Amino acid sequence: MPAQSADRPMPAPFSEYEIDAAYDEMFRAKGRPRPHYKHLYTHLLNLPSEELHRSKKEADLSFFNQGITFTVYGRAEGTEQIFPHDLLPRIITSSEWATIERALTQRITALNLFLADVYHERRILKDRIIPGEIIYTCKHFRRQMHGVKVPRDVYVSVVGTDLIRLPDGRFVVLEDNLRVPSGVSYMLTSRKVMKQIFPALFRKCGVRPIEQYSQALFSTLRSLAPEGRSTIVLLTPGIYNSAYFEHAFLARQMGIELVEGRDLVVHDNKVYMRTTSGLQRVDVIYRRVDDDFVDPLAFRADSSLGAAGLFNAYRAGNVVLANALGTGVADDKAIYSYVPKIIRYYLGEDPIVDNVETFLMTDRTQREHVCANLEKYVVKAVGESGGYGMLIGPHSSRAQQAEFREKILADPRNYIAQPTLTLSAAPCFMNGRIEPRHVDLRPYVLFGEKVTIVPGGLTRVALRKGSLVVNSSQGGGSKDTWVLQN
Amino acid sequence: MLSRVADSLYWMSRYFERADHCARVLEANYNLMLNPSKLSTEERWHRIMTSLGIPETAEGIDPQMAMIKLTSDPADESSIVSCITECRENAGQVREQISSEMWERLNRLYHFVTQANSRLETDSDPLRLVTAVREGAYEFHGVTDATMNHDEGWHFIQLGKYMERSCALPVLLEAYFAAGGQADDLDWVGLLSSCTAFEAYCKVYTADLKPDSMAEFLLLNPEFPHSVRYAVERMSAAIAAISETSLTRATGRIERIAGRLRASLAYTQIADIMAGGLHRYLDSVIEQCKSLHAAVHEVYIDYPIQSALEA
Repeated sequence: MPAQSADRPMPAPFSEYEIDAAYDEMFRAKGRPRPHYKHLYTHLLNLPSEELHRSKKEADLSFFNQGITFTVYGRAEGTEQIFPHDLLPRIITSSEWATIERALTQRITALNLFLADVYHERRILKDRIIPGEIIYTCKHFRRQMHGVKVPRDVYVSVVGTDLIRLPDGRFVVLEDNLRVPSGVSYMLTSRKVMKQIFPALFRKCGVRPIEQYSQALFSTLRSLAPEGRSTIVLLTPGIYNSAYFEHAFLARQMGIELVEGRDLVVHDNKVYMRTTSGLQRVDVIYRRVDDDFVDPLAFRADSSLGAAGLFNAYRAGNVVLANALGTGVADDKAIYSYVPKIIRYYLGEDPIVDNVETFLMTDRTQREHVCANLEKYVVKAVGESGGYGMLIGPHSSRAQQAEFREKILADPRNYIAQPTLTLSAAPCFMNGRIEPRHVDLRPYVLFGEKVTIVPGGLTRVALRKGSLVVNSSQGGGSKDTWVLQN
Repeated sequence: MLSRVADSLYWMSRYFERADHCARVLEANYNLMLNPSKLSTEERWHRIMTSLGIPETAEGIDPQMAMIKLTSDPADESSIVSCITECRENAGQVREQISSEMWERLNRLYHFVTQANSRLETDSDPLRLVTAVREGAYEFHGVTDATMNHDEGWHFIQLGKYMERSCALPVLLEAYFAAGGQADDLDWVGLLSSCTAFEAYCKVYTADLKPDSMAEFLLLNPEFPHSVRYAVERMSAAIAAISETSLTRATGRIERIAGRLRASLAYTQIADIMAGGLHRYLDSVIEQCKSLHAAVHEVYIDYPIQSALEA
């Protein structure tokens, strides 16, 4: 804890700014900004108060007119909202970033080795590092993938890893998103808007660029293509998907076709797309459709989002899918708790960034302890994401706790618990004032020929005061993330 | 280019043209209806409906409601707001194919017309909406030409726009010429203004409003963008460009239909058309456009897979 005696009075736009137990990204103590935030701090102090309002309006209008929206499930179909965006950047020093970069490279390397092993030799199970049961009961484990060879043994080529920062300033990994992570388009568009709003700050701070993401993604996908064939497409579930904007955005940035399942035809174990010049062969599919929906013949028969026969073409090696099928087994929240062991097993290294302490509900002692103290823990369903299917103990009612207790006892494999962590807080422009809100950080990791991480990511913000939930579907927003040159 | 994408671009463009056409007709007539006429208000609305190809409802037309219905009733599929919504829906399907500038213009117009819906309070509000659509169309066509590659997708956009125009203009002409001798000079001004053609017409024929000359101008003039012949010429050009980019497809039938229609408009004289019955001629133009549409769909969009694999 920084010494309270070091407090200084907070000047005008920060007069309501409270610093509590959470790690504050901007301030060491009241009135004492961290060195890498000094430029922003001075800039904000010198800014006329209407200026922020005006900028905020301009930014929102720009997002609205560009149609940067997402769809909220569970409401009338097609309810579009602008993705709430906060004006103030979240700043990360180059040394902090260097650690993150090494940690994520280590993690994606280990997770890929793990996936290759799970779907081939299963050494890690035979060596009893991970109980086989937990793999086979994972609902994202795809037995159909056993023995299927994937190019370069790369299962996960696109990852969005969620990091949070604990009160002591350490980053830890909250979850790995290894299936179809989204949000990268917000990172890219938000940077574009920020450059219009704070050109002077960019000049002073030395912010590392992220604009090369699309090219990096394209190279990653191309590195998976078979020799001499390189028709790459992006497979989207369609315009009603919450991330459709992003699919269209990335396809346009990469100059590849954005296809839907109905555009694809599989014939003789080869995949084609239906074009105005006839059928055209497809070699790599960057798929933004979940495993279950990719092929109605191999997986869910009621899916109309994929193409019949796609899996057979994939197994025959005639088409590449990125990410591979079955990667969800490695981001199951129960298997997540084994990731430190996975890293040690395959790489012989200690994890550079830790996991969050996780209790497995399949373990009797851990389960009984958590069930007796639900008000202290966050309980999550292992296969869910997006902030769905979770209980935040301290903010829950007795009835909700009872409901989750029953759910856990009915299906212990489906739940894990973690201590309630206080996410770090960063300054946000809210209701005309600057106030702290809790944030996390999702950098995007690419893995093809090599690992590429663009310096930055999506900083997600819990817009409600005190809230710890940053998911866009649950009242979260985003802010630009600046990684400094030095 | 993906067949589905070509189809969406085509319909995006058709719906925009439909909204634009409706806006022109309403704007022209709204002004003229302020003048007294021997036709009753109901009869005049009836003609507007017919000239837009909207089948009349059993209970007739309520002049108070007609304007609102045609501009901003989302339940009415031929209203401007419905056309713009459909247009945006199609554009949304292919956002990565059109330029951001196009999408922004369209999106802005969409928000304007859908929000205008709840603001229709004064008499002049529907007129504002109509003007916004017309000006929005100029902007949209402008950025489309200026910011998009003039590739296959652009040609499908042209095809959609001029197909819609080639179908809409004969319907409009028919509504005015069916009334025959009843129409007075003001009505004819209405017809010309519905195509933004008044000034252009006067340049060629002076302000002498003769029905035959007007039919000739709006049907056969090769230089005026809102004439049937001009639209068909542009449509044929788009078809030729598309078939050039996709050499493998069997496009003979499409080119045959387009060529015949084009030749008829280029070489027939207005006196012959009038003698044979303008109505018959207009009908046959519409029929030929319809079969052209069907042929394009069959070759480029919804072809049987077997035929494509054999090729």
